[in-house]
Parts: sequence; structure tokens; C-alpha cells
Amino acid sequence: MKIGVYVCECGINIAHTVDVEKVVEDVQNLPNVAVSRFYKYMCSDPGQALIKKDIKDLQLDRVVVASCSPRMHEPTFRRVLEETGLNPYFFEMVNIREQCSWVHQEKEKSTGKAIQLITGAVARASFLEPLEKKEVSVIPKALVIGGGVAGIQAALEIAEKGFKVYLVERSPSIGGRMAQLDKTFPTLDCSACILTPKMVDAARHPNIELLTYSEVVGLDGYIGNFKVKVKKKPRYVDEEKCVGCGLCAAACRLKGRIPNEFDLNKGKRSAIYVPFPQAIPLKYTIDPEKCITLKTGKCGDKALCVEACERNAINFDQKEEILELDVGTIVVATGFDLFNPMEKPEYGYGKYPNVITGLEFERLISASGPTGGHIEINGKEPKKVVFIQCVGSRDKKTHEYCSRVCCMYTAKQAHMVKEKIPGADLVIYYTDVRAFGKGFEEFYNRVQGEGIVYRRRELGDPIEVIKNNDKVLVKTKGHPDIDADLVVLATGIIPREDSKELSRILNINQSADGFFLEAHPKLRPMDTFTDGIFLAGCCQSPKDIPDAVAQASGAAVRAAEPLAQGKVEVEAISAVIDADVCGGCRMCEDLCAYSALEFDSEKKVMTCNDVMCKGCGSCASACPTGAITMRHFDMQQILAQIDGISAEAIVQ
Amino acid sequence: MMQTTQVEVKKKMKKDFEPNIIGFLCNWCSYAGADLAGTSRMQYPPNLKVIRVMCSGRINPIFVINALQQGADGVLIGGCHPGDCHYERGNYLARRRYAILRELLDYVGIDPRRVRMTWVSASEGKKFADVVKEVTDEIRELGPIQQLKRENTW
Repeated sequence: MKIGVYVCECGINIAHTVDVEKVVEDVQNLPNVAVSRFYKYMCSDPGQALIKKDIKDLQLDRVVVASCSPRMHEPTFRRVLEETGLNPYFFEMVNIREQCSWVHQEKEKSTGKAIQLITGAVARASFLEPLEKKEVSVIPKALVIGGGVAGIQAALEIAEKGFKVYLVERSPSIGGRMAQLDKTFPTLDCSACILTPKMVDAARHPNIELLTYSEVVGLDGYIGNFKVKVKKKPRYVDEEKCVGCGLCAAACRLKGRIPNEFDLNKGKRSAIYVPFPQAIPLKYTIDPEKCITLKTGKCGDKALCVEACERNAINFDQKEEILELDVGTIVVATGFDLFNPMEKPEYGYGKYPNVITGLEFERLISASGPTGGHIEINGKEPKKVVFIQCVGSRDKKTHEYCSRVCCMYTAKQAHMVKEKIPGADLVIYYTDVRAFGKGFEEFYNRVQGEGIVYRRRELGDPIEVIKNNDKVLVKTKGHPDIDADLVVLATGIIPREDSKELSRILNINQSADGFFLEAHPKLRPMDTFTDGIFLAGCCQSPKDIPDAVAQASGAAVRAAEPLAQGKVEVEAISAVIDADVCGGCRMCEDLCAYSALEFDSEKKVMTCNDVMCKGCGSCASACPTGAITMRHFDMQQILAQIDGISAEAIVQ
Repeated sequence: MMQTTQVEVKKKMKKDFEPNIIGFLCNWCSYAGADLAGTSRMQYPPNLKVIRVMCSGRINPIFVINALQQGADGVLIGGCHPGDCHYERGNYLARRRYAILRELLDYVGIDPRRVRMTWVSASEGKKFADVVKEVTDEIRELGPIQQLKRENTW
């Protein structure tokens, strides 16, 4: 057995706290070590060449590289072995950067720890077995979850590449948050005008199948071969027959009496409704919580909507359906929720009608909103408007991060007030103005030049909004009180309420702030840790529309790659059962979360399906006879590693 | 008088004692959390040496006992938070095994505090660093392990 050990200096990242020369000298004497070297950057081309040369010249059987985390460069070095004709699983990586040099300061101790870790790895390396990589074919279809601008963009781009896309949207229409906005900063484009053509494109694209009013409820499988369960909620309207004429909604007994969620409950709708006039698909939906027929079984003499519908589209017997979709890759674009300012009672939100959120203000100024775009509060046009920024953002008590859009949407909303009510007095309370994007600073300057007063306040300073007849008094530290007609709170972006549930369904991670976690913040911002699942838009972190669209395009490319390849390599690490040792006790059977273990009732032993097995090793740890070997993490390999680490500890 | 000195000597020994701790961390959550602690440069004592496994469900109690036999003074087991297991429920299996293992350790006269289990997610770098500090302090306080020593035969 000949093992080559390569220690990386990683510039000074490792060499700064680990004495690599001493490490190399020490491990040289370990059993089976044929050569040990250090190099400035092991992952670089010359670094890789060095290993390749040694493998050939010295006929190495195993390679140990001590450098960064295997989560970073294990694939790089496995490829080095592969290219030299060695089995890639004859490689062992030691993490002496993330888990050693970066977290310890004393050089002597870090060096000692590095030696211990490498000794463990060398001991383990001699027991490594060759494994065959498995290749599976890829179903050339993708799933996009979420029909906001990010989801639409991702779906369109994957579809344009020639692959079938299922676009699943929870609400009755695609469009998402962007459809609720009036104008977009800093260009003042009409949001609906630039979004609706994209919505139509998505609906018309021959490769896109829209599944609105539907939710992903289950996921099985792995990259290339996901099995998705989608719950299609009943609209109680036949989508094939409905032409979106709206006669039903006009006839509904509850017309104009139900708060419309799309308008943040500021507008009213019927029990049968489309959320907004440009909805895609333009198909009506019956609200089961409100519809008299669905709730009581009887709506007057007869349901007026049924009578009004000329196409016989209404069907109260529609049932929920569970669809099973097979896809190769998935893009998650589920968007965000807004911070609920009721959590901060000092702002008076929920108590006084004069206090509204930024998104409510968007509906108020939207031409298709409940007031037809006329800014009014209690039926009157406001003369004195106060904007308060950082509500639920940059606040250690609620959400510590910056929501990135509020500074600019506040500036835009102030501009819109000035445009519609030229004589209005406007004050913006800000913490810092973050105008970092393309054209942002210029827009901020423009708004400041429009006679809008920017008042700086520390976020921690007390602020209070109290009732003053039909107005509200805004009291802040260090500034005169303002008697305001309207207060707009720049509420921050927060993760979707059900992010946790979705993260569990999809088996992806959340970061500390609750948004979905990317595989690498800089180099893999669209990937998750689960192969084949990618992120786009605000579900990953707060971002503005251009950033969400850019990320969606990126995620679409990433998701299309395996589809275009037609095959992917999957984990070679799986369980293997020795039929001669297996006692057929079936203890392992129920432990497997993937039904990879099956009992052979003829031979009375368990068998393992290689492709179904995901390699967790739970079964191997339970087997009382030791018949199950967990490839690449087998008993001997791990015990040898423990032995190596500990033997070196005793020496030290 | 004599007694006080002995206590002091013992205390000093404990203070100088650098425990050898072996960690078994799952690849997806706690190992990633440990990596994040590194990327964020959060400092913690170098006593912990990590062995990566794919899932905490892979951690056979034999590994833990073997580590103690080979001279580890303590063991840290890290998995995904309940409900977050990358393999759906491996961490639950690990937890059950851990519960039984603690009783076994107690039975054979080993302080169960020497083996600790924790949940660290991929985003909890700080928690990981804090746990390592706590565990190292605790094992240092418990002193070197005296029982269970045995040499492997290969």
C-alpha cells in the first residue's frame, strides 16, 4: 500500500496557523505513507499536476489531501485520481482550513490537530474500497415552484431551452408580488405593464404547463428522477369551459362584500372571483370559505352564479386532486411575506386606519386598485404624509437583516404622492438611505429635489404614532411632532410563513434568517445542498426585481444542465448486504426512509436496492450481525480513523 | 491543610489537561455548521477532531465506545435538528441510540457527560463554536478518561 499525503498551504490561509512543513515531516513516517508534500495551492493546476505525477511515478494506491472542506474540493481531487486511472474513491480529504486553521490561533496546537486529523485519514485511507459511480438517466422536465416574476422567468427560460416545465402556483393566478405593485423603482415602469406580457408568454408557451391554485405537498426521488406530489385545489369552476367573462361574479349574492386578498383586503370581491383583472389564467375561482352554496349547501332559491354562467362552467362537485409529476430538476421561487407591523405596536398599525404598509400603499395608488389609483384615506386626500423606514428590518428584535428594497420603494412612493398630490407635505424617517443599485442614487437625488424632507432617526430611538382626531400624531425623538393624515410603514421582506414546511418537503436548508440556504454564498448562489434543486428570487434572500430575475435566469440554466445532459452521476455510497451473514431479522427494514431494503422471502435475507439507497447508513448501524456494510463509511474505515486520531493524540 | 493542597494540585492538573475529543458530525447539517464557523472565523478550542459521516444515523454506538477505548476523553455527536434530517429520520435513530448509550455508559461506570449529542444546522456556525467550547470545558473538568482503554488489533 502506497499512500501520498498532500498538505495545502492555501496561500497563508492554512500556513498562517498550521506549520505545514512540520506536518509533512511528521506524517512522512506513518505506516504506508510513500510520499508527503506541501504546496501553496493544492487545488490549482500545478497542485493537481503534482499529485498526478506522484500517482504515476510512485504508483500510489491512495491519496490524502489536507486542505479545505471536502464540501468544497472533494470533487476536484476525486477527478484528479480518476484522470490518472485511480478509482476516485481511493481519495480521502482532511479539513484543516474551515475546521482547523480558521478556528484556532495557536500555531502549535493547530499543527498538532492537523497531524492528528491527517493520521486518522491515512489510517482510514488504507481501508478504502473502490466504488463504481452510478449514472442515472434524467427525466427531461423541470418543476418551478412559485409563479411570481422569478418563477415565471425561470419557467420561460427552461421552456425556451426546449424542456417541459410545470409551473406550480399556490394562488389562483400567476404574477406574484410584482403584480401587486404600481410602479417600479428607479425607472418608474408600470409594474403590471412589464409583467403581464411575461405572464401571457408563460401561459402560452407550448413547453409550460401552468398548475395554478395548486401546491407541492410531497417530494420523493433524487436529481434526474424526482417524483412530485401536487395538490390541485378545486376551483369549483371548469377551467376548460370558463372564459373569464365575469358574469358569475357580477351575479354573486356576496358581490362587493368579501375583502380581496390581492388588494390586501382594501378592495372587495365576490365569492366567485379572479384576484385581479389581468389574472393568468383568467379563470374564476369560488372561495370555499365564503361561498354560500359550498358552506350551507343552498344559496337562496338557486345559486345566482350558476344561473349567470352561460357556459355551464360552475361545478360544486369538483374535488381536490393529487397529481404526480416526474421531473428531473426543480427551481424553488416561492417569494416572501411582509413583516406584520402589528408586532411593533408603537407604529399604531391595525389601530388607526391612517397607518398603512408599503404594499397597501401600492394597491392604493394602482390604477387597478380599490380606489382606482386615487390616494385617499377615510375618503379624503391626504395633505401630510409620513413615511417610516426599516419597520421589521435592521432590527435585532425582529429581523436583523436589511430588506434591500424599502429605501427605494419609499422614495418611489414619496415621488408618486408628489406626482398625484403636488401640494402634499412629505416627510421620510430613515435610518440610512441605501441607494446601492443601478440608477438608485440618481433616483434618490431626484426625489430629494422634489421638496421631500428626509429626517434621520436612530432605529433604536423611540417613535410613537398616536391618534389625534381623524389624524395621527407621529412623535419621534429629536424631531418636531407631525400631525399626519397618512403614515406609510416601509415593512420589510420576511421568509414565507411556511418556509419550514416546504424546506422539509424538499429537503433543503434554511439559513439563520429563515430564507432558503444556498450551497455557497458566492460561488453557488442558486444551488441548494440537495442536488437538482435550485433557488430563485426572494425565497433565498430579500432582493429587488432585477436581482430576482437575474437569479431566476441563473437558476434556469443550472436546472437545465442535467436535462440537457440527459444523465447524471449519483452517489456511489450505498449499503450492501452480505447474504451469508444476514440473519433475516428484518430489524433494518423499517429504518430505511427510502424503502431501499427488501426482504427476500425465499432466501430469508434482506436485499438492498442500490439506486433507491441514499447512503445514510442508518441500517448499517442497527444490524445486529454486521451483515450491512456502508460503503465508504464502513466499520473498519471509521474505527481506523478513530484509531489514527487517538494514537497521534497519545504521542502528543 | 494537606487536603487543600491535594485539591489544588488536582485542580491544576485539570486546568493543564488538554482533552482529546472526537466528534462525529453529519455531512449536511452539523459538518456544514462547523464549516460555517470556520468561514466566519469563530474561534474555539482545538481539542475536537471531527470524523465526517453522511448522517448521524450512521453513528453506531460502537464508534463512540471505540473512541473512548482508544483514548478519547469525550465524544461529540452532531446531527440535523429534529425534522430537518437530510435522510428524513436518521437523526431520530441517532437520538434513540444515544439515549440507550448513555445508560450503558452509566452502567459501566463512565460519566455519561463524556458523550454529548447536539443539533447544529448548516447555518449555526456560532452554535457549533459555542458547543465545542462547552464540551471542551466539561471534559476538561471531568479529567482524563481512565476506563475502557483497549488497543485495536490491526
